[in-house]
Amino acid sequence: MKIQRKGQAGTMQSSDLMVIVEPADGLVIEIESTVKKQFEHLIRARLEQVLAKHGAEGARISVNDRGALDYAIEARLETALRRAGGLS
Amino acid sequence: MAAYQLRRSLLYVPGNMPAMLQNIPLFECDAVLIDLEDAVPLNEKDAARVLVRCFLDQYKARNKEILVRINGLDTKWALDDLKTVLPGLPDGIRLPKADSPEIVERLDTLLTEFEEELGLDIGHFRILPSIETALGVINATSTAKASTRLIGLAFGAEDYTATMEIERTKSGEELFNARMRVLWAAKAAGIQAIDTIFADVNDMEALRRETELIKRLGFTGKCMVNPRQCDVIHDVFAPKAAEVEHALQIIDAIKRAREMGTGVISLHGKMIDAPIVIRAARVLRTAQAHGLVDIEISEEDIYGTE
Repeated sequence: MKIQRKGQAGTMQSSDLMVIVEPADGLVIEIESTVKKQFEHLIRARLEQVLAKHGAEGARISVNDRGALDYAIEARLETALRRAGGLS
Repeated sequence: MAAYQLRRSLLYVPGNMPAMLQNIPLFECDAVLIDLEDAVPLNEKDAARVLVRCFLDQYKARNKEILVRINGLDTKWALDDLKTVLPGLPDGIRLPKADSPEIVERLDTLLTEFEEELGLDIGHFRILPSIETALGVINATSTAKASTRLIGLAFGAEDYTATMEIERTKSGEELFNARMRVLWAAKAAGIQAIDTIFADVNDMEALRRETELIKRLGFTGKCMVNPRQCDVIHDVFAPKAAEVEHALQIIDAIKRAREMGTGVISLHGKMIDAPIVIRAARVLRTAQAHGLVDIEISEEDIYGTE
């Protein structure tokens, strides 16, 4: 699956997150979070899981998390990938 | 007879707000209407349906009825709404702008196709159509019979007053004819009648007055925009203790009457016959659904045996 352009999804409201997907070399994940200390590894694991599910590569994934639960992380990343032309 | 499903309070939840969606298990309402239509801006339609689907996939211990309000079938979003959300197994679809029976029939056909694809029983997904335009009100009688999936008719006063080019007032005189027409259509078809939202979240007194009015008219439930409105609505719809006691006496009296070979008897000087018994049974079923009484009212209790 190829990232064709920048794709953004989500909001900065509480319990949500903002995801930006851009074309890049390799696969880079950057996470900012209100609960970074406790949960960064879990957020990353969830993102990686979704990326793997869609076979995403060649992308920089920037996440600004406001305490989102797993289902919201999955949904926002999926929408960002879709908007980046990486999903049918 | 199938258990009487209580639908007193149906809460709109915006489909694109995780903070609201994930509170759904905690709300005390009987049903939620997860909204992909008016609460979602045009440029977020794609995001909202994915978010709702992901939410439904992990909401396994369902503790209330889940309806999704899709975009109108005449929009370019409706099909994608259904395609994305239905595998998350909501209980049904709230169909906006159900102006004619044909629109409901179209949704019925689509739902059947999805049920076949998903390997579900045909009829799994229910429909709650919104009667919310002048045309919708005129056609309500035939719309109410358009599909066996219908759980009721829902009246939508905000859009209705917009199509009528009138203001909505708190006393609601301007809604009276439309409400009655929706009620007649629903009652004639044997389905529930759900009233419109009350928009002023801070005016609990007016909410109570409106809910009392629509209950007296025959509505069985009301939509709402804020979980804080739940208590007032439940309080109004809860059968009062005296009402329940009286209903129990009526059922008792009619049983005695039948033993004596008659279908009519006097209770506290008032005549008890079939329509009174049917109303009493309704009170008791509602009371039972509220957990106020622990008795099952059978068809035999209501109608007797041949």
